Amino acid sequence: MKGLFLILAMLAGSQNPPSANTPRGDPQNGKMLFMKYGCFECHGREGQGSNATGPRLNQNPITYPRFVAYIRKPSGEMPPYTAKVVTDQQAADLYAFLQSLPKPPAVDSIPLLKQ
Amino acid sequence: MAKSRRFSAGRRKFLKGAAVAGAATLATPGKPAVAAPTRRVTTPLQDPRAETGTPPEVEVLTADHCGSDFMVDVIKSLDIEYFCANPGSSFRALHESIVNYGGNQKPEFITCCHEESSVAMAHAYSKIEGKPIGVMAHGTVGLQHAAMAIYNAYCDRVPMFIVVGNSLDATQRRPGVEWEHSVQDAASMVRDFVKWDDTPISLGHFAESAARAYKIAMTPPMEPVLLVADSDLQERPLSEKEKLRVQKVTRTSPPQGDSGAVAEAAKLLVAAQNPVIIADRAARTPAGMKYLIELAETLQAPVLDQGGRMNFPSRHRLNLSGRGRPLIAEADVILGLELTDFWGTVNAYRDQLERTSRRITKPGTKLISITAGDLYIKANYQDFERYPEIDLAMAADAEATLPALIEAVKKLITPDRKSAFQARGAKLAAAHEAAVEQARKEAAYGWDASPISTARMSAELWAQIKNEDWSLVSNGASGWPQRLWNFDKYYQQIGGSGGAGVGYGAPASVGGALANRKYGRLSVSIQNDGDLMYAPGVLWTAAHHRIPLLSVMHNNRAYHQEVMHLQRMGNRHNRGIDRAYIGTTIEDPNIDYAKLAQSMGWFAEGPITDPKDLGPAIKRALAAVKHGEPALVDVVSQPR
Ligand SMILES: Cc1ncc(C[n+]2csc(CCOP(=O)(O)OP(=O)(O)O)c2C)c(N)n1
Ligand SMILES: [Mg+2]
Repeated sequence: MKGLFLILAMLAGSQNPPSANTPRGDPQNGKMLFMKYGCFECHGREGQGSNATGPRLNQNPITYPRFVAYIRKPSGEMPPYTAKVVTDQQAADLYAFLQSLPKPPAVDSIPLLKQ
Repeated sequence: MAKSRRFSAGRRKFLKGAAVAGAATLATPGKPAVAAPTRRVTTPLQDPRAETGTPPEVEVLTADHCGSDFMVDVIKSLDIEYFCANPGSSFRALHESIVNYGGNQKPEFITCCHEESSVAMAHAYSKIEGKPIGVMAHGTVGLQHAAMAIYNAYCDRVPMFIVVGNSLDATQRRPGVEWEHSVQDAASMVRDFVKWDDTPISLGHFAESAARAYKIAMTPPMEPVLLVADSDLQERPLSEKEKLRVQKVTRTSPPQGDSGAVAEAAKLLVAAQNPVIIADRAARTPAGMKYLIELAETLQAPVLDQGGRMNFPSRHRLNLSGRGRPLIAEADVILGLELTDFWGTVNAYRDQLERTSRRITKPGTKLISITAGDLYIKANYQDFERYPEIDLAMAADAEATLPALIEAVKKLITPDRKSAFQARGAKLAAAHEAAVEQARKEAAYGWDASPISTARMSAELWAQIKNEDWSLVSNGASGWPQRLWNFDKYYQQIGGSGGAGVGYGAPASVGGALANRKYGRLSVSIQNDGDLMYAPGVLWTAAHHRIPLLSVMHNNRAYHQEVMHLQRMGNRHNRGIDRAYIGTTIEDPNIDYAKLAQSMGWFAEGPITDPKDLGPAIKRALAAVKHGEPALVDVVSQPR
């Protein structure tokens, strides 16, 4: 299974999520898991990211296969989430949650960010 | 020991009559005055009969002056503005001399509720003011409490004048607790992380050692120093005839880089295609920042400010602190100024089951280091970090070396190099603008979230203070102020704890605010919840001493750093992280920090959970601060 994801990740190779390779996930359950499995700890509850801990996940798409490959065997600092901890279906739910995150307000609409 | 005999001669002679006569009142021959104690006796002076009986005729019971009066003369000569302390009988005479004989002015006694707070206050004060204040700590136990904070100051290269009480002469100690609070070698507990200490055995010795200690503390690398003030020395009556001299404090000029090495560094920097300047504790004074600007502008080189001090203006077009990694990867010459961790700056490290690292610079990149840290390394504590392979290392103070380096660089610049520098500068300015724009965009993510994002918290605070003369005295908010605010004055940022001993933030913000008070500056802090809970009594100190401070709580209801470590372990062992909150979160019950602060005399509001309420709350708190009060706004925040 994992091998398949890696191959798909290599094939996909683009930043845009190809919908055909993305299993159906439940964003509501994904939201719950995002908290339960501690993703929020480094990436923020809204997936906003932090320079100090983890990159922004909101509006920062990678393909589903690359997503799964990364959480299983992260090449960076992230702790690995093996299938013993996050099942494939849960990974799909988490992915669906990240896809569902709303865009932030336009920066120019926020006066406090113009100071 | 001859030493203790000499110590005690004065007081023993002086008290002899009283002691003998006292014994006569208290006891009939062959019978103890008090029933044989089953538990430890308290001091006989506390025996009610000693208080109510008819006192015998005694030689002398009072003295108009004592050794600690002279100690105050010495301390006044050092121009020490405050002594931060929790009271303790091992320095009771010095305490009394400060408040009575010295008039409680220069030094003024600042009442602290924990010795760790005393030290952290002095730590931050020194970084704002550029010179030390004093800390007094009770024998053994007080210094034990102070130890972590002294270690922080040591790692952060901060001068501090510590006086600790002790009673060395065993024949003079009060029975009971004075024994627990006495020690053979009081300074030994912290000797690994103070630069110098002494245990003077005469008042003249105290004067000389105080001057020496001050001079040592103020010579880069600046560090805490400690003097033991023996209680016998403090309490000995001072006769008019005693000739005691207060020594003049002389200062040592800071060590400058060797002229050959400076010339070599200039050559490398001028010839480099992609030089990068990295600064950590480079600017010791406002002049340091000025020099760094001049060097960067002369070379049109990017500056990465690691933030140990206020090294470089945040909105200078050559400030590329947020773009460190790619710039380091492309650099052919890197100049590190007072870096804590040069190795960690040029290597990437991965904390997985197998810990790995790799160099991120190109092969052949030349590393130049100027640090006074090379002049002062001890063996036991490991704050010197991993060994960096430096090509050109100057064991010198960076700030003191910069003028010579700037001159040497200027001499080597040809018209060709100058035009190359201009082109480089234009590119860097564009990269700086892009980074500023990127920060604004990133800050918009989670803008309306509850718990409130750290970016929003920083932006809301900035909106209220940007037109004031402000100083960020402690900062726990993920670097957002550096990305969103305009830092351009030396006192606007003072770096962190040094030793990462948590509990520094709250007392440091009060100490920084104490230093800022006389200039009328608005002191602000972003206060972590876990940090405050080590010793929240410092809130009372701020209120009691009328130290204005605006504190905005980054209350993520956790020791969040440790939540992440627990998660790493849980994941690594395939056990999930459902239980990572155990021992790492600060919930159930949630702490009401506004009430906590109010109970100690602060204006306070919160918990604020809706970001829309935050701006108005900060505004109200600011109004209180402008009236001279400390004020706190508790903000329930995102983890980072
Ligand atoms: C004296 C001390 N004890 C424990 C630690 C370990 N430690 C590192 S960060 C941290 C959490 C601090 O919590 P808080 O101040 O709320 O900051 P947060 O991580 O939540 O942002 C702890 C306990 C430490 N560094 N120093
Ligand atoms: Mg916290």
